[in-house]
Amino acid sequence: MVRPAHRRPGQSRKAQYSLFVAYVIAVTGAVAGLLLAILSVADPVGFAQLRIASQELTAPIARGTRSVIGSISGIDDSVGAYVAAGSQNRRLRKELADTRRQLVATSSLQEENRQLKALLKLQQTDKTALANGYLLTSTSTSSKRIALLSIGRNLGVAAGQPVRGADGLIGRVLTAGPSVSQVLLLTDVDNMVPVRRARDGLPALASGRGNGDLDVRTLNIANNPFKPGDILVTSGTGGLYPPNIPVAIVVRRQNDGALARPLADPGKVDAVAVLRPYTPDNIEAAGRPGPATPPAPATAP
Amino acid sequence: MNRKGPRLGEPASLWRMRIVPIACVMLASALPLMLPLIANSPVLPPIGLLFFLCWQLLRTEMWPVWIGLPLGLWDDLFSGAPIGTAAGLWTLASIAIAYSSQRIYWRGFFHDWAIAALLVAAIQSLAALITHPGADAAHMLGLVVPQIVVSVLLVPLFMRLTGKFDNFRLKRR
Repeated sequence: MVRPAHRRPGQSRKAQYSLFVAYVIAVTGAVAGLLLAILSVADPVGFAQLRIASQELTAPIARGTRSVIGSISGIDDSVGAYVAAGSQNRRLRKELADTRRQLVATSSLQEENRQLKALLKLQQTDKTALANGYLLTSTSTSSKRIALLSIGRNLGVAAGQPVRGADGLIGRVLTAGPSVSQVLLLTDVDNMVPVRRARDGLPALASGRGNGDLDVRTLNIANNPFKPGDILVTSGTGGLYPPNIPVAIVVRRQNDGALARPLADPGKVDAVAVLRPYTPDNIEAAGRPGPATPPAPATAP
Repeated sequence: MNRKGPRLGEPASLWRMRIVPIACVMLASALPLMLPLIANSPVLPPIGLLFFLCWQLLRTEMWPVWIGLPLGLWDDLFSGAPIGTAAGLWTLASIAIAYSSQRIYWRGFFHDWAIAALLVAAIQSLAALITHPGADAAHMLGLVVPQIVVSVLLVPLFMRLTGKFDNFRLKRR
């Protein structure tokens, strides 16, 4: 039982005024805070530096806990791996033999493709990774899916660069700080990625659902063409993500598209690579007369 | 420092009385970004918010009613929600707690639990709607419902923890 509060200040004028002033500050502050929130939704860049500065403070602790505990979400997998080891081994061997055969077939195609591309002189930058790091931690109490990357401006990371893991796309850099940077994950509600189906190049848009899955919608109005098991890769449209990075696998058909699961789980990926934007604006500006338009970032309006 | 031990009737350290609750809430707000957890959905309960509400329910007169502004602003830096969301919503929560403590004269455990549950649900839903204004509102609310359920079930635990910290805060030297 909590003691009742003595909110009534009695006869003292000073106490009455100070209570009144506290309420005035609180109400105006609350209104100002909500206005600020609306402002920072409209212009997220303005406050990004403030946020990255505060996360520079917690990053050393995150580095420490990560090295001590490792990634928490990997535990269930390592237990499951022991249980299913025998059958998995047989299956993987069979898959390996199949894949080798396919690899031989693909390598000749790749060579041919390289020559054709050299002929076309496609305008694209170096495909190698800019820098490698690992994901330290992420926001886990709000509906925004932002992860903290262990490298920042010290290794050339800048806002807008795509981030990928070995299995597929992870997201893109939102803000780069001196030694850490924020990555907007693929599964965030505001992250939209232009993709195409790997099999036939059907263009589509993938957007996060906020719970680890992706919504996929086709661009052309047709009957729902997706089937479970379809692999989606980045298409390179919009000029941010380089083409042919694996993104997701279709799990289920829906009314207006499909539900897909990302191929790279940020909770299990060990190292990530920061890539150069596919067509940086300086190249676009050189090839185009008049004022340069920055490459359209793949975000929802 | 009195080497001979505490004197009779000596109050607890004023600094500790002031700093413990504020440091507790600030540390709890920053804690999720110190754990090596890459979340795919809002999985952790809002620890900072739970401590903030529990301190106010336990010691209604300890803080002025505008304390949600600085503490909320600090939480915004770490939660990922747009800056100002928690500053606004937490202050409104303090006003709601101050009002309820005038209306319900002798608050019991279940009153406290109900007030905290209601405020956590309202704050987390509104924060999700503010964070993604363009998204489908029903989908965003569905996203935070599991988190709200877990948080509501954890309120008694956080109340106990706050009580422990409060004992430390008021401990005589």
